[in-house]
Amino acid sequence: MTAVFPDIWPALPEIFLALSGVALLMLGVFRGDGFTRPVSYLSIVCMLLAAILAMGYGSGRVVTFNGMFVMDAFGVFMKVLVLVSAAFAVILGLGFNEREQMSRFEFPVLMIFATLGMLMMVSANDFISLYVGLETQSLALYVIAAFRRDSGKSSEAGLKYFVLGSLSSGMLLYGASLVYGFAGTTSFDKVAALFAGGAHVSPGLVIGLVFVMAGLAFKVSAAPFHMWTPDVYEGAPTPVTAFFAAAPKVAAIALLTRVVMEPFGHLAAQWHQVLVATAILSMVIGSFVAIMQTNIKRLMAYSSIGHVGYALVGLTTGTQDGVRGVLIYMALYIAMNIGAFAVILSMKAKGQMLEEIKDFSGLSKTNPMLAATMAIFMFSMAGIPPMAGFFGKLYVFLAAVAAQEYTLAVVGVLTSVVGAFYYLRIIKIMYFDEPAVVVDKVDDDGMTGVLVLTSLFTLLFFVAPAPILNGAAAAAAALFAG
Amino acid sequence: MILQGIAFYVFAALLVASGVMVISARNPVHSVLFLILAFFQAAGLCLLMGAEFIAMILVIVYVGAVAVLFLFVVMMLDINFRELRKGAMEALPLGALVGLILLAELAAVVGGWIVAPNVAAIAGAPTPSIDQVSNTQALGRLMYTQYVYLFQASGIVLLIAMIGAIVLTLRHRPGVHKQNIGVQIARRREEVVAIRKVTTGEGV
Repeated sequence: MTAVFPDIWPALPEIFLALSGVALLMLGVFRGDGFTRPVSYLSIVCMLLAAILAMGYGSGRVVTFNGMFVMDAFGVFMKVLVLVSAAFAVILGLGFNEREQMSRFEFPVLMIFATLGMLMMVSANDFISLYVGLETQSLALYVIAAFRRDSGKSSEAGLKYFVLGSLSSGMLLYGASLVYGFAGTTSFDKVAALFAGGAHVSPGLVIGLVFVMAGLAFKVSAAPFHMWTPDVYEGAPTPVTAFFAAAPKVAAIALLTRVVMEPFGHLAAQWHQVLVATAILSMVIGSFVAIMQTNIKRLMAYSSIGHVGYALVGLTTGTQDGVRGVLIYMALYIAMNIGAFAVILSMKAKGQMLEEIKDFSGLSKTNPMLAATMAIFMFSMAGIPPMAGFFGKLYVFLAAVAAQEYTLAVVGVLTSVVGAFYYLRIIKIMYFDEPAVVVDKVDDDGMTGVLVLTSLFTLLFFVAPAPILNGAAAAAAALFAG
Repeated sequence: MILQGIAFYVFAALLVASGVMVISARNPVHSVLFLILAFFQAAGLCLLMGAEFIAMILVIVYVGAVAVLFLFVVMMLDINFRELRKGAMEALPLGALVGLILLAELAAVVGGWIVAPNVAAIAGAPTPSIDQVSNTQALGRLMYTQYVYLFQASGIVLLIAMIGAIVLTLRHRPGVHKQNIGVQIARRREEVVAIRKVTTGEGV
């Protein structure tokens, strides 16, 4: 028995990111915290280079590392999304971290390692590699949630996230062990082949499947596993919250999609109800509970729960169109989410961060540009055409109707109307209320860049939607090719 | 064969005895020392089974690192174990009840245990065969060839844990004077010593 060197080329983005993470760590250690800005810039460059490497992969499905790792067009699309949103999150953190005296070089390095974990999740082809990828991501996220260690809230957020995250990892592992016990293998391909052959589906396996999905639902913060989200989003430093709401969500949705489509693709009857219940609960909780919020970060937390609900509607259909809808939704969601957080991060008066919704009052008079940008994101999140968010919802609901999921589509549209209330309320507060505080000008070039890019993308998506639509279609097709 | 039998019973008896001592010793430091003894006995048992690699790892990792860490924790944290044990007697009925339930459950499981008929044959003939590769080699082949991806990924998880622990706990305190040997050695007499003439009875 001779060892064959595994084909490492499909994993090139991961390997590159891991090596650059270690290199930047060394750079930071030797140059000290004063070198945080260069390390941050380099980490952005590394993430974008990794995205280019991922795009250079091409198409076709390759399984390597003895079946542990898979790369296909779906992986390419999701990895690019994850990497780009992580790079944006690093930019958002630059100015904030310096103002709040928490500028330390470990921050971008931990972001790189978290992103690496997300890429591993996207490419997992085995329950063990799924778990290892998930832990790589989560462990780094626990640390950056508590990054502002002098603040009680941030430490609380980190601890809460850690304890509940460990619990969900436990559920996931328990589920995976049941699946292993009843299917006899941890490999996605072999599980898929087993059920394609019409193997008997034992109750134990279904319980395992439900546990795995519960664990993953926690990671995407879908109701009823969303309890941690508002507290963690509120307590964590704002750039970290922006990161949490974007990249890890995309990765976890990708993982959930792969798990239900590939190994359990033939068990749609089993996972369908679970996803329907989760999607409906998430949409309802995301829209109704958000109405009562006074803190903008908590509001964004509930809004993200709602958005995950809409994305799950697409997944419930189990069709190629549904998956395409999910991918389009996630791509548009991260753009408007990062944009909205860029506005929240720009909201400061005399150097103090403003996090209450009432602080937005009269923003149109004190800072019209910022108010207009926020209005674009809020309109988009509410799903008002022609903003990007409308198209995300459109494709998801179209797929749901095509798959005759009328209940889901109706609930989705109704909760969007409720959701529109609190998004439009922010616009009303900005434009029709009297100014309470004078908001500082945006003095951060990176922040301005992010604001301009994301708002233009959200506003003008309908002009040239082809790249994202085609990318999502190719990615969804790759998942159904096998 | 008889020698192996004697060795097994010696190791096993000492293992159980030191296990009992770990929980019954009054002094926590003695507990940890008994734990180390227990690890050595377990390593001996592994050696008897032909798992020499696991035996060595047990000694190196558990005795060399984990037990020493325990010892540090026990010595550093000033925990009054006598205080902690004070309420033990009141909690005894509840504890005994939980223990009994667990025992009943275990009995139910063991009672319903059916050993597959071909298990002995499979366990007796490990793959790959011991004649061809030692078990160190076989483990290495699994870890560094078949599961190399997971091995590397776990390495990264540990690295993140290390960075995280440092980020969240290391504080550079201002105002702490550190020795700077370079500066210390480079000092010259002229820079630090001044000779003054002091008139008697007046001071400097």
